[in-house]
Amino acid sequence: MVIDLTSDLSTRKAFSEAMTEFGLKDERVFSVAADSESRFGAFRKEAPERAINVGIAEQNAMSIAAGLAFCGKIPFISTYATFLTMRACEQIRTDIAFANLNVRIVGTNAGFSSDWLGMTHQALEDVALMRAIPNMTVLVPADGAETYRMVEALINYEGPAYLRIRGTEKEPHIPCAEPVVIGKARKIRDGNDLTIIACGRLVYEAMEAADRLARDGIKARVLDMHTVKPLDEEAVLKAARETKRILTVEEHNVIGGLGSAVAEVTSANYPVTVRRMGVTDRFGVPGKEADLFSFFGLTADHIVTEARKLCAREEA
Amino acid sequence: MLTAEDVNRLRTEAAEVRKEAIKMATRAGTGHLGPALGITDVLWTLYSRHLKYDPKNPSWPERDRLILSKGHSCLTLYVTLAKKGFFAEELLKTYCRELDTLLGGHPECRLPGVEANTGSLGHGFCIGVGMALAAKVDRKDYKVYTILGDGETQEGSIWEGAMAAAHYKLDNLVAVVDRNNLQVSNYVDKVMNIDPLAEKWASFGWGVREIDGHDYQQIDAALSAAPFIPGKPSVIIARIVKGKGLPIAENKVEWHHKVPTAEEYREMDKLLSLGNL
Repeated sequence: MVIDLTSDLSTRKAFSEAMTEFGLKDERVFSVAADSESRFGAFRKEAPERAINVGIAEQNAMSIAAGLAFCGKIPFISTYATFLTMRACEQIRTDIAFANLNVRIVGTNAGFSSDWLGMTHQALEDVALMRAIPNMTVLVPADGAETYRMVEALINYEGPAYLRIRGTEKEPHIPCAEPVVIGKARKIRDGNDLTIIACGRLVYEAMEAADRLARDGIKARVLDMHTVKPLDEEAVLKAARETKRILTVEEHNVIGGLGSAVAEVTSANYPVTVRRMGVTDRFGVPGKEADLFSFFGLTADHIVTEARKLCAREEA
Repeated sequence: MLTAEDVNRLRTEAAEVRKEAIKMATRAGTGHLGPALGITDVLWTLYSRHLKYDPKNPSWPERDRLILSKGHSCLTLYVTLAKKGFFAEELLKTYCRELDTLLGGHPECRLPGVEANTGSLGHGFCIGVGMALAAKVDRKDYKVYTILGDGETQEGSIWEGAMAAAHYKLDNLVAVVDRNNLQVSNYVDKVMNIDPLAEKWASFGWGVREIDGHDYQQIDAALSAAPFIPGKPSVIIARIVKGKGLPIAENKVEWHHKVPTAEEYREMDKLLSLGNL
């Protein structure tokens, strides 16, 4: 292994390193780019025959990935999350998901990692779109290490998967002893006063928030819900029973993403208050990444405030 | 070159395929009968003389692949696959009449012999490009055939796929364009002109041939000659009469998605000896 998985890594770096590490060894693995070859790092140089680039044509790229998968290949297709999940959405649904093909759709620069590129490039609806498609697995890794392990797991995984990652900036590493297993939440902090369920970059903010809350005597459980679908219902319901309050946090529209998935499970099985933090049904704006998290109310500070409100409300 | 006997056999058998498709559509009361009848001669020639396949092992890796990119023409594909042994002809009776049938209004790869789910235009052709690319990388000699509609070439993704196929020198790919000049609402040139079609494909780096899509000699000769230019994908622009073989439907806009009424069926039965439904 050439990279240190305990260091701060960008999710794109982790993805390209994993493609090289695991993809090169397996002849079935192909990369499919739409003028987005930089995602794949050394893979394209080491395995040029298996590195397809169709130019700026996402729909065709997705159908070609389907054709490759029909012939037994495992294509990883990657470019901006918006273009993959929106422009080529129907190809994902009809060509790939219906046939349960082993295509790995790696949407990059999701959420605010597209900072100044603005709303055209800031995917805030992709998780909802992919979650609504039958057979699709939806993964939102919290850091580079998780991204790396997920790519490893996806080589031998049955059915289509959407892997939502961010940009080339380093992301803070999240220390956690639990292994990365698709479909299993990782417990980052334990506690019984409330549970903060987060995914992606905001797992780190949730962890920070939990540490601050602990100083006030509020013990927050933090779950890293890297698999939004299939959701770890057991972990969600355990949290509902044991902590009674759930706060979900995601770098995504509050409609259709992680918060919706959690609320769907609790409301039917063990109704507790689920407060959903995310982008409140609006489009992104151009800005610095840190400013965008503040503007949309998605920092550790905001999580602390919401957690306190939630605890106070339940006690009243 | 086909013998007179070959041509006669193809013509007789294709007529049976058409009859069965007309019956299925009439029984179900639904179906894109006109588009399906139009491609019968091309389809039947492909499955009878060109495609390499094993109906008992439909996922045989070395097989040639045919993707009906204009998935709505599936009625005659279903009949062809049944007659070639991919599944029992009995199953044809379930076409759009049984809940969760494997034979719905558009082909699904759950049905043996169907390579991809098509029906949303502009998809199947590009899936075929992917399959042809896989064959090249694997150094396998199977071919990929895809049938698309002339109206379907209005989809931008067709030209994305065409560009990629030429770029990757996929001379194992053969596209047949059903040039019937009709689409759901009107004549193709009235809705959105696609001409000069042959020149468009040629300029995208394809070898092009134009044929009469009901002349077995021409169909067979074109399919045998592909690739027309070494290192390039091939397109056969087949002039086709939409609804061919059902006189009330031929070349009529409204027969894109129309099926015979009971009375029309009786009338056509007299002409074509369709037999009981």
